[in-house]
Amino acid sequence: MKLGILFSGGKDSTYATYLAKEQGYTISCLISIESKNQDSYMFHTPKIELTKEQAKLMNVPIIYQKTKGEKEIELKDLKKAIKKAIKEYKIEGVITGAVESIYQASRIQKICDKLNIECFNPLWQKDQVELLNELIENKFEVIITKIATEGLNNSYVGKKLDKNLIKELITLKEKYQINPAGEGGEFETLVINCPLFKSSLKEESYKEKQRLSLK
Amino acid sequence: MILIINICKEKLHELEFVKPIEDILTNNQIKLFTKKYSQITPNDLEKASKIIICGTSLKDNEFLNNLAKFQWIKNFNKPILGICGGMHILHAIYNGKKEKNKEIGLIRINFKKNFLSLIGNKEVYNLHQYYYDSKEFETFENQQISKHKTKPFYGTIFHPEVRNKEIILNFTKN
Repeated sequence: MKLGILFSGGKDSTYATYLAKEQGYTISCLISIESKNQDSYMFHTPKIELTKEQAKLMNVPIIYQKTKGEKEIELKDLKKAIKKAIKEYKIEGVITGAVESIYQASRIQKICDKLNIECFNPLWQKDQVELLNELIENKFEVIITKIATEGLNNSYVGKKLDKNLIKELITLKEKYQINPAGEGGEFETLVINCPLFKSSLKEESYKEKQRLSLK
Repeated sequence: MILIINICKEKLHELEFVKPIEDILTNNQIKLFTKKYSQITPNDLEKASKIIICGTSLKDNEFLNNLAKFQWIKNFNKPILGICGGMHILHAIYNGKKEKNKEIGLIRINFKKNFLSLIGNKEVYNLHQYYYDSKEFETFENQQISKHKTKPFYGTIFHPEVRNKEIILNFTKN
């Protein structure tokens, strides 16, 4: 089955892509949405433009759609992008990296239903710590790109996910009730290398943007 | 030992509709084994103390074209919980009439009667496009839940593995 990935470049959508490929599905294209609205519940990914670089490393075409990020209009823009993927790449379904967010998942389900395609959420309801550990076991190199919660400060930006960081996040979960995988928007991530990439994302491409985001 | 029945056509959907239920049981030290609906044997039914039939995706209706694979239900007397597609199966086996009934997302339900220890005002997660109306089942709360009139068969049209996980645990423990 040919699938399109709703791709943010972070750990969840990239790992969902990896699981689909491992099971023999064809990844026909990535679909990335750049939102102008920092407060959008649907698309709020920093460094979203890096998905174009990641797509090259995966040797997969990308549909890159911009949206103002206004409620409901952003859903029309997402639908437009998926329609384009159906037309150009003949996709029969989309994959999302949704883990807990019913807000996002149900809206995407409704769009897929209207377009008569399958919707896959392979990380749905997955234990957060199990997810973090699997990323490391499967050689995903993931860095934190943005912090938005008490208990984490800007010194975490740029930190690479490893066993020690997972331990820290579990401790912070107990102390501040944060979601250790950042599912509640506590932090955002970027995959800089993984088995889907032919090489690592160039350091200068994300370091420069990271520096700018800390200003 | 709980038998979890997988009705997904696509393997990738198993991570979404079967694994979360396996995780709930495993995290509570409840023994289970999982089988695809097309591979159930008399030995599996003998071994199972209770059965959970999981749901699947909105577009996946393959199992409805293979209801003959579920005829064993009529001779089964141990408890079964059918979730979404699993509820469709239970009702369809008992001559349920297919009706269009699409619901996607969270809705609020007031459980007036105790259902597997769930009672009161709750949010439930729905992802279905049909409902099977069977006279052999009593249905409650706007067709969200059902109970066979004589057998220990329960149905939820919503997904308790997403919201209200206690339904699954109470079913396995009671």
